[in-house]
Amino acid sequence: MTLALALKTGDLTQLPSRRDEDWRWTDLRGLIRTAPPASPAFDGEIAPGPFDALAADTILFVNGRQRHAAASGAGDVVALRFVSATEGAGHAATYAIVVEPDTTLVLLESHEGQAAGYMSDVTLDIAVGEGARVERIVLVDDHAEAIDIVTAEVDLAPGATYVQTVLTSGARRQRVETRVNHPGAHANVRLDGVYVLDHQRHADQTTVVTHGGVDGVTGQLTKGVVTDQARGVFQGRIVVQPGADQTDARMGHHALILSDKAEVDAKPELLIFADDVACAHGNTIGALDDEAIFYARQRGIPEAEARAMLTQAFLGEVVERIEHDGARAIAAAWVAQRLGRAQ
Amino acid sequence: MLSIQNLHATVGDKPILKGVTLDVPAGQVHAIMGPNGAGKSTLSYVLTGRGGYEVTEGSASLNGEDLLALEPNERAAKGVFLSFQYPLEIPGVPALTFIRTALNAQRRARGEDEIAAPAFLKLAKEKAAALKIDFEMLKRGLNVGFSGGEKKRMEILQMAMLSPKFLILDETDSGLDIDALKIVSEGVNALRAPDRGMLVITHYQRLLDYIKPDRVHVLAAGRIVASGGPELAHQLEAEGYDKYTVAAA
Repeated sequence: MTLALALKTGDLTQLPSRRDEDWRWTDLRGLIRTAPPASPAFDGEIAPGPFDALAADTILFVNGRQRHAAASGAGDVVALRFVSATEGAGHAATYAIVVEPDTTLVLLESHEGQAAGYMSDVTLDIAVGEGARVERIVLVDDHAEAIDIVTAEVDLAPGATYVQTVLTSGARRQRVETRVNHPGAHANVRLDGVYVLDHQRHADQTTVVTHGGVDGVTGQLTKGVVTDQARGVFQGRIVVQPGADQTDARMGHHALILSDKAEVDAKPELLIFADDVACAHGNTIGALDDEAIFYARQRGIPEAEARAMLTQAFLGEVVERIEHDGARAIAAAWVAQRLGRAQ
Repeated sequence: MLSIQNLHATVGDKPILKGVTLDVPAGQVHAIMGPNGAGKSTLSYVLTGRGGYEVTEGSASLNGEDLLALEPNERAAKGVFLSFQYPLEIPGVPALTFIRTALNAQRRARGEDEIAAPAFLKLAKEKAAALKIDFEMLKRGLNVGFSGGEKKRMEILQMAMLSPKFLILDETDSGLDIDALKIVSEGVNALRAPDRGMLVITHYQRLLDYIKPDRVHVLAAGRIVASGGPELAHQLEAEGYDKYTVAAA
């Protein structure tokens, strides 16, 4: 029973009331009769704070969102960790990131389950200034019984570059959603994903890219491997609004199903309301190629090792696209470790 | 070395091999020639254990060891190597990684130590140079985007690296121009050795001008219908397979 939960759900019964011992003199439920709208993300100028001159680094919350102001200059690497540490507990967090024009940011984001059966809801607002460049790597490593929702709203200025790789191993219910406002104007977006699911884990990777202006580029490649009774979900929507001519958008989703009871649901959508655009999507779901397995075995590689090698290579194509060297190495090791468990 | 006795095999329910008997002693190169559909590729797949082929009768052994009872990778570790007519592309696995994985898997299966990285790289550089393969190509996904000739050279490189006891070359000449054919043949000939046998499967006599066989066998409708010296290949080239296909039918 918290305000945050009530604000989040609009469910006023979630508000603490005077019947709650700790709130008996500060009744909120009797006070708030209608739920207010959620505060919007605020990307505008904020006046200097009183202690700015004293601090080397400032963490700023605006409208309930903690904001990281990327330092100007190249090579800014920020680790952003969301840790769930209490069994059976639920929490929500919001965070806003403003990347100043012509700066770069490498955002190394992790969602870490250090307890069982928690619920977590994280919302990020990422505003990328003109000519700025962001690489976001999202590693979601939840407990099998967790419920985890991660949503990012990405707003790009003209000439911005935004590249992202999401790596997930699922949870009881898990969804990583990325919504990108693409202004065109030579802005460039790459949205990649990897999922490796075993047992009864569920992972949903959802993306929505809205092209609003001419000359925008979007490339997407998501690949997944599912086994046991796991379930992978991919929903990719690319919207090309009227006037967003010369948009170049390409989406690929490819999954390997390694058991009879595993499932993959994919919904690629291209909604095109402009002329003169190049849009394509490819979607394949299948098993490993028996001929390739035989070829590897004929060279002496045992079947299990051949399957592991081919599966890792399948996902490797996505991992290789990660630009940050250190992050790429961590992602590759994580994928190998998860695959070792899933085989 | 390789001994095949009365081998029968089916694909689905269709009989393809109908009693093949063949002996290839160590140190010799035997050619199998025959028309399309005679069962040449089937023979190579049955010997290497590909799925979908069922042996219904007969035996095949290498140095007295029953091949048919072994898994494909176990046969490879015993020294059986098949050069594929259409080598597979393996995206995401660099050729060097693939070959090293294969070599070490074979060594482990034989109870030998794995090869150390520096020794492996030295060997790979040496063998690649002999086959005129740009070493940089070995860092790319195996066979991905390679031409037909490059793929065949990559097969020979794997052969040279894995140093098998018995080689089966399935239509290795297909898709090769004369220059590539020479390089590939030289690579194969370099592997001729007193303790190594080879089975060269081909439709055309051309390859046998470069890889000279000790014996030539004609496979038609699932059986060896004729055997002879190298002159048999020239005779087939001049006369065609008609006489054998008619006789076999």
